[in-house]
Amino acid sequence: MKLVRGRPKLLKPKKYHYCSGCGHSIVHNLMLELIEELDIADRTIGVAPAGCAVLAYDYMDVDIVESAHGRGPAIATGIKRSLPGAFVFTYQGDGDLAAIGTAESIHAAARGEQIMTVFINNGIYGMTGGQMAPTTLQGMKATTAPEGRSPSREGYTLDLSALLAQIPGVVYAQRVTVNSPKAIRQTKKALETAIRCQLEGEPGLSLIEVLSMCPTNWKKSPLESCVWIDEVMSKVFPVGVLADRRKNAQKAVAPNVD
Amino acid sequence: MTKKEKVLISGNHALAEAAIRAGCRFYFGYPITPQNEVAEYMANNMPKAGGTFIQAESEIASIYMVLGASVTGARAMTSSSSPGISLKQEGISFLAGQELPAVIVNIMRGGPGLGNIDGCQGDYFQAVKGGGHGDYRTIVLAPSSVQELVDLVGLAFDLADKYRNPAMILGDGQLGQMREPVIFPDPIKNLPEKEWALRGAKGRPSRFSRSLILNVRLEEEHNWKLQRKYREIESSEVRYEGLMLDDAEMVVFAFGSAARIVKGAIKRVRKEGLKVGLFRPITLWPFPKKAVKALAGQTKEFLVFELNTGQMVEDVKLALEGKGEVFFYGRPGGVIPTPMDVATIIGSRYYQRIKRRAK
Repeated sequence: MKLVRGRPKLLKPKKYHYCSGCGHSIVHNLMLELIEELDIADRTIGVAPAGCAVLAYDYMDVDIVESAHGRGPAIATGIKRSLPGAFVFTYQGDGDLAAIGTAESIHAAARGEQIMTVFINNGIYGMTGGQMAPTTLQGMKATTAPEGRSPSREGYTLDLSALLAQIPGVVYAQRVTVNSPKAIRQTKKALETAIRCQLEGEPGLSLIEVLSMCPTNWKKSPLESCVWIDEVMSKVFPVGVLADRRKNAQKAVAPNVD
Repeated sequence: MTKKEKVLISGNHALAEAAIRAGCRFYFGYPITPQNEVAEYMANNMPKAGGTFIQAESEIASIYMVLGASVTGARAMTSSSSPGISLKQEGISFLAGQELPAVIVNIMRGGPGLGNIDGCQGDYFQAVKGGGHGDYRTIVLAPSSVQELVDLVGLAFDLADKYRNPAMILGDGQLGQMREPVIFPDPIKNLPEKEWALRGAKGRPSRFSRSLILNVRLEEEHNWKLQRKYREIESSEVRYEGLMLDDAEMVVFAFGSAARIVKGAIKRVRKEGLKVGLFRPITLWPFPKKAVKALAGQTKEFLVFELNTGQMVEDVKLALEGKGEVFFYGRPGGVIPTPMDVATIIGSRYYQRIKRRAK
């Protein structure tokens, strides 16, 4: 018997606190696998958000600094400017990146900071218990949008990745999801592309948005949540490459990691 | 600029040069009057020193860029003026909670709100009582001349590193804009490595820097640890200046630019034979409590002068523990009285309290 995939070596021996069916642990695992495969653990510095992933340092066996809500890209800027040879990433939720940290996200992109941003979009505030996010869909209920989001009352759904993709300082942007084994493999490829952008000195920020399940706050089963991403969420946030300004696009394509 | 050569330079330019010489290689800021010359000086000179200057998108971003550079072990600074310092308070609280060193310069202006752009001392409470959320302290140094500003910038970096704590320079628009002759210290060549810094887990276990501690017992222990550090700072780092205190029958308290005005006023009243001295706290936190209290053994007549409506006066009263009469005179909103004005206030108080009693 051959072990095809085991526990990532860089995953600390601690049980995830995430709810069952949540996408965070999948993305954590993929990132840790890649950091190990690319042999960059000893020069990786991560910036964890305020939000469900605030305890990322409990799981990721790399240097991690915890950020105030939304300030990750500014902290990552300070780190990367101090350690240009490091691999620096921010891990942010939708409230973090697209609400309270909008300015930091857009301006880190405008400056073309050589950092990677992993943006977990589940359309809801998870840790605080299901409040409306900037990415909450029209009609979707939240504890602070009890009637369902309506443009006249709560305003429109914000696609910040699409905005960021317009900025020349974003070297690579891709939206993916983790709702099926195939989608997870594609997400790993996308993450590898984004990491390689930084390792190969591509001049700018790389962004991977992950449409991620939040069964607890969506009030759906894990399986229903996976289906909902395909049938509803990805219609508003279509998956695919949003920007690719790499100098050596061919060279930087990730090898087959399936 | 060679060693020991006096240079005529503005406070804002001088503090920027002093920071570079103190080994600061990261400056992040956002334009606000009356301290724009700091960022402009850094934009021109930080790259020449091999450092990084970024004009950030906001005060908030700039303090977190400072946090990011600091967590890697580098010396980092930001500067601003009153409204901008309010925006940085969240980050200062995080720096304190995560025990990260940083230097923050506040060249104060009139307030509240946008206020005006003239020198004022209205941010004393904000600087010394915490400023941001949570039970923390910031080391606060208050220079009263451009030379002292230069010296205290270097000290601020040293204290910030020594105690892993944010340190603030509290100046005002007058100090930032005035030009005075200055002798700069030699640039610092090598700084020791910081064993706690996050630079990638090479040859060591991974580390993290956090301020969220969900276990209340551990959070309490973290708070007690911070408090033990603050007590150590209070016992080791108090600094102040006394002027003509030996025979003083009345002691005037003032800090920063206000103390300059008081010095001029005391010269005048001394000519009239009034025995008045100046006590100038240089560290506003830690406040020189013991030295202030000791003055009560000498006289009971105290006057506090501030460019605000009465903030440090509360710390003076707390330190005196009810011993003595404390009179306050202050001018808020950017109005700067002359030494003559202050001499008149000191003189009338002196005659009311001391000369009358002597009769």
